[in-house]
Amino acid sequence: MSLILILEQSLNGLQFGLMLFLLAAGLTLVFGIMDMINLAHGSLYMMGAFLAATLVQATGSFALGVLLSIPATAAVGMLLEVSVLRTLYARDHLSQVLATFALILIINELVRMIWGSDMPLSAPAALAGPVQLLPGMPYSSYRLLIIGVGLAVAVLLYFVVAKTRIGMLVRAGASNREMAMAMGVDIRRLFTLVFGFGAALCAIAGAMLGPILAVQVGMGENILILAFVVIVIGGIGSIRGALVGSILVGMVDTMGRAFIPAILREFISPAFAGAIGPALASILIYLIMAGVLVWRPQGLFPARG
Amino acid sequence: MRRVLPLCVLLLAIAFPLAMQAIDQAYYVTMASRILIYGLAATSLNLILGYGGMISFGHAAFVGAGAYAASVMIVEGMTSAWIGWPLAMAVSALLALAIGAISLRTRGVYFIMITLAFAQMIYYLTVSMKAYGGDEGLTLTQRATLGFGLDPHLDLRDDITFYYVVLAILTAALFFVSRLVNARFGRVLQAIRENEPRMEAIGYPTLRYKLIAFVLAGALGGLAGALLAGQNNYVNPGMLHWTESGKLMIMVILGGVGHLYGGVFGAIGLLGLEELLANHKIAWLAALYPNYQQHSLLGVGLAMLAVVLYAPQGIAGIFRRKNHG
Repeated sequence: MSLILILEQSLNGLQFGLMLFLLAAGLTLVFGIMDMINLAHGSLYMMGAFLAATLVQATGSFALGVLLSIPATAAVGMLLEVSVLRTLYARDHLSQVLATFALILIINELVRMIWGSDMPLSAPAALAGPVQLLPGMPYSSYRLLIIGVGLAVAVLLYFVVAKTRIGMLVRAGASNREMAMAMGVDIRRLFTLVFGFGAALCAIAGAMLGPILAVQVGMGENILILAFVVIVIGGIGSIRGALVGSILVGMVDTMGRAFIPAILREFISPAFAGAIGPALASILIYLIMAGVLVWRPQGLFPARG
Repeated sequence: MRRVLPLCVLLLAIAFPLAMQAIDQAYYVTMASRILIYGLAATSLNLILGYGGMISFGHAAFVGAGAYAASVMIVEGMTSAWIGWPLAMAVSALLALAIGAISLRTRGVYFIMITLAFAQMIYYLTVSMKAYGGDEGLTLTQRATLGFGLDPHLDLRDDITFYYVVLAILTAALFFVSRLVNARFGRVLQAIRENEPRMEAIGYPTLRYKLIAFVLAGALGGLAGALLAGQNNYVNPGMLHWTESGKLMIMVILGGVGHLYGGVFGAIGLLGLEELLANHKIAWLAALYPNYQQHSLLGVGLAMLAVVLYAPQGIAGIFRRKNHG
């Protein structure tokens, strides 16, 4: 029973980690290339979820709705980049933090005005039930779909970044922006593109996680901080770092929540373990991040050599 | 002129509750106390952010820790403000010492992120304190008492008395900060902000200076937290959420980074705007969008964005330009 529980929780961790990766990948590129802290990234995740919920309702098909929400969110992201964020690249980090913090408030209220505080979005009926993964181990088929989508996007992203011309320009921009510009790369246009791409990834994460978590205003705020933890651990600007960091954070967070209270109960009184366990589980990833920052501030996989 | 103006403002602030009582608008006294407390919290952040150049994204942790420390004292039966508030300062100062000792070794964006990470840890700690309300928060049955055999109605239950206590504390804190930043310590701190390698090269222990400023800011933040707990008679983990840290930063930049009164200006500006948009019907806005008051944060966000983009010097910057022109 215990082994099956561990397997099940690792799958949950993997599923959460892969979705975190979709958020972190966009965030780390924005951060790495333009040296820009974008707190509004979580708002794009929220926009993606709301757009998906609306489009799923309108089309009556989960797959079609989610697919349509991707270009729609990318368009919102590029609009945001061209209208506001572009003017912030040359500013200091403090201004970037504050301006994008203001954007969170603005987008939250706009979403509330258009859709209200939440939207229903449920997994397609065909995937509602569990599948028998191993004898005696049923697992949610929708979560399996998330893992599949996450892996597929990660592979696709690797292919685009490592093998295509656009990907080469992105890597060049992340490792040395000035040099890339000197070599004639149109960083401005490249960046609008990267931003739209990041928004598209946000939409996938928001739409896929929508049925599990909840599609509501403010859903982006906590996961945004986790995405920042991921990219700091992985190394700012590094896609590979984002992947490793995401899986690490997803696993540690999920496993911590599942097992730390039980482990603590072996050593201290159950009541105290019940109280301190969940907190310790939540704190664990921040401890890892602080540790990385102190001992290896450039992250596990630094993009700049 | 430089000294007369703040004194005039102080006199106005002293007269304010009497005027409000006269026109039967006691609600605004509570509102004003809230603004002054946030002014203190933002001033403490301005000490490190404005004068020290340390962009701390976790200041709500110190405010929240102070609020919890003061509240726990009251719940445990130790209601004297003379013990509860210094204790709140001490708790936040110790926390700032620990967090600062680690965080200040990092630079730039990493410092922003690590202070955020530590603040999140404290946030989850308060969520887990089931004995003191957990994520529900903790409701207080009474405010801290000043005692000392003073007039019986002069304890802090009374909103007007509370306002004066807050005003006195804020005035003292502003006086302290103004002396501090103009003393040798403050000059060194500002020089470190401008050019840390140079200060290090000429022999200043820059880390120690920054850490001391960080701890002082933490202590003042903790005091603001203790007052805030008294003001609301309620604390909850929401006070430590990262968006609260963001709000304090907004106040600082709105008011004026590295300006003595920046934090107070910013608190007046931000909370005043929130109040104006949420609780006062503005005719032309209502004509435009009838339910606009439910979405007051939209206006706050737009105003914040405009300040960051077009007036990075904040409210104090407007005054400064006028003085020079």
